[in-house]
Amino acid sequence: MTAARAAGRTALYVVLVAGAVTCLLPIFWQVRSSLMTLVDVFKFPPLFWATHTRWDNYAQAMSSSPFLLYFRNTLIVVVPTVLATLVTSSMSAYGFARFRFPGRGFWFSMVLGAIILPPAVVLIPQFILWSRLHLVNTFYPLIIPFWFGGGAFNVFLLRQFFMTIPRDFDDAARIDGARYFRIYWQILVPFIQPALIAVGLFQFFFQWNDFFGPLIYLDSPNLYTLALGLSHFIGSYSTQWNILMAAAVIVVIPPIIVFFVGQRYFVEGVTLTGIKM
Amino acid sequence: MESPVLHRRAHGREALIGYLFASPVILGLVIWVMAPMVGSLLISFTDWNVLTAPRWLGLRNYVNLFTSDLFFGKSLLVTAYYVVLNTAATFVYSLAVALLLNQKVKGQGVFRSIFYLPAIVPIVASSALWLWLFNPDFGLYNQILLGVGLKKSLWLAGPSTVVPSLVIMSVWGGAGNTIVIFLAALQGVPRPLLEAVEIDGGNWWHKFWAVTWPMISPVTFFNIVVGLINSFQIFVQSYVMTSGGPNNGSLFYVYLMYREGFERNNMGHAAALSWILFLMVSALGLILFRWSREWVHYEGAAG
Repeated sequence: MTAARAAGRTALYVVLVAGAVTCLLPIFWQVRSSLMTLVDVFKFPPLFWATHTRWDNYAQAMSSSPFLLYFRNTLIVVVPTVLATLVTSSMSAYGFARFRFPGRGFWFSMVLGAIILPPAVVLIPQFILWSRLHLVNTFYPLIIPFWFGGGAFNVFLLRQFFMTIPRDFDDAARIDGARYFRIYWQILVPFIQPALIAVGLFQFFFQWNDFFGPLIYLDSPNLYTLALGLSHFIGSYSTQWNILMAAAVIVVIPPIIVFFVGQRYFVEGVTLTGIKM
Repeated sequence: MESPVLHRRAHGREALIGYLFASPVILGLVIWVMAPMVGSLLISFTDWNVLTAPRWLGLRNYVNLFTSDLFFGKSLLVTAYYVVLNTAATFVYSLAVALLLNQKVKGQGVFRSIFYLPAIVPIVASSALWLWLFNPDFGLYNQILLGVGLKKSLWLAGPSTVVPSLVIMSVWGGAGNTIVIFLAALQGVPRPLLEAVEIDGGNWWHKFWAVTWPMISPVTFFNIVVGLINSFQIFVQSYVMTSGGPNNGSLFYVYLMYREGFERNNMGHAAALSWILFLMVSALGLILFRWSREWVHYEGAAG
């Protein structure tokens, strides 16, 4: 290796490490501030770490807002929507990938159109519908729509995956007497399992982070999700940065755990979404 | 020999089963997309606060938006500014990081996870965090600026700095997906093609411009479309961090719509805003797809 190349490699690592540090700095600052006294937080020049690590901030955050309740509410929304998405998006995708029916082209182009449709466009009539049904201030408006395909993008993505499976598999099963539902459920779904896991993970993160839906549909504080609860917390703790950062850490921990557990599928899934389009 | 009647019956059956399987999303499109689109259009012709009966206004909401609503024009401007700046910044940053990571870097997976990690932080939590980082008096970034001898910035509190500040936050939190997708595309660029350029005496720029760029162009296009569409929907930052300020400097479009519809109960006005959003996004989509034909190179496509 020439000296110039070695210098190039070193520069490459320096830039990458600098980038990684810049990326992690906000998260480090969040954790660091969450463990400080208010006096430490406001010191100048800033302290690198707390003079006394103060875990009590977490207890204080938990006692001033019912984060466990918010956590439970979030799960009540997230679990059924993820389930709904997995079942109905894969069913719909199978329908589009394997059957010819009149209007298929039209409906598929509608699916594609719905992908780029900003949800805000259809928000007002949807809200009015839910309020006419007297279901505003319940979890239903946040869950039920996902039983209808679980999002156009997911239907599209899974359809692309079904298309890559040779039809011979279906035909062989059909000769064995398997019906369409069994072909879908026992033969094709196992093939697209990695894609399904990715779709499930995306939906989990989307729901966990969703703020707009809960903001519009949930009024009672005892129904708040973590995202909505934290936003109210921000309003009342905007000067006690240590407590606020502790609350933010509490909200971040569950998705971080899910990310590290499902990382492999996640990276694969993100990759596939970009490549399959 | 197959009987045509049987054949047709088989087709009818196949079609029915196809419809049954596809029915969740078809019903979903009708109930949650198409009907609301029509509903939204009808509501946009009325004056309606939901509690009392709607009053028919014809096109008045639209006329008002373009003639007397000062917020509408301002909101279009700041949203366009944010959309362009954010898409461009995310694009450049992600492609640069992906190109660096693609240089057979040791610990590529670890770096990739680190650059991805901010995307996992829920947007409300990162709003809280960046409020703190951007705090003009005690925030980390002003302390760094002071530390290296520069002047403090107002960040979110400055009418001219609020959008660039939100872009910094958004590049941090939003580039993860784009980086991972670019990296995968770069890894799919065939080595023999790159080596051919090398043999011909080409440098890294020739390799990038003659091989890599056309090979990854479908993914580039995907990332730009997703970037634009997502940027258009910015809302949480306005709501949680800035309340659309200062001086309406972050009065983003969806936030304006929310404010009209859900804080002021002007459903007609908000519905008109939502239809204009729809028309804008559709036009943008059309322009993008036209434009893509000029430079996006699909494997195996004619031309």
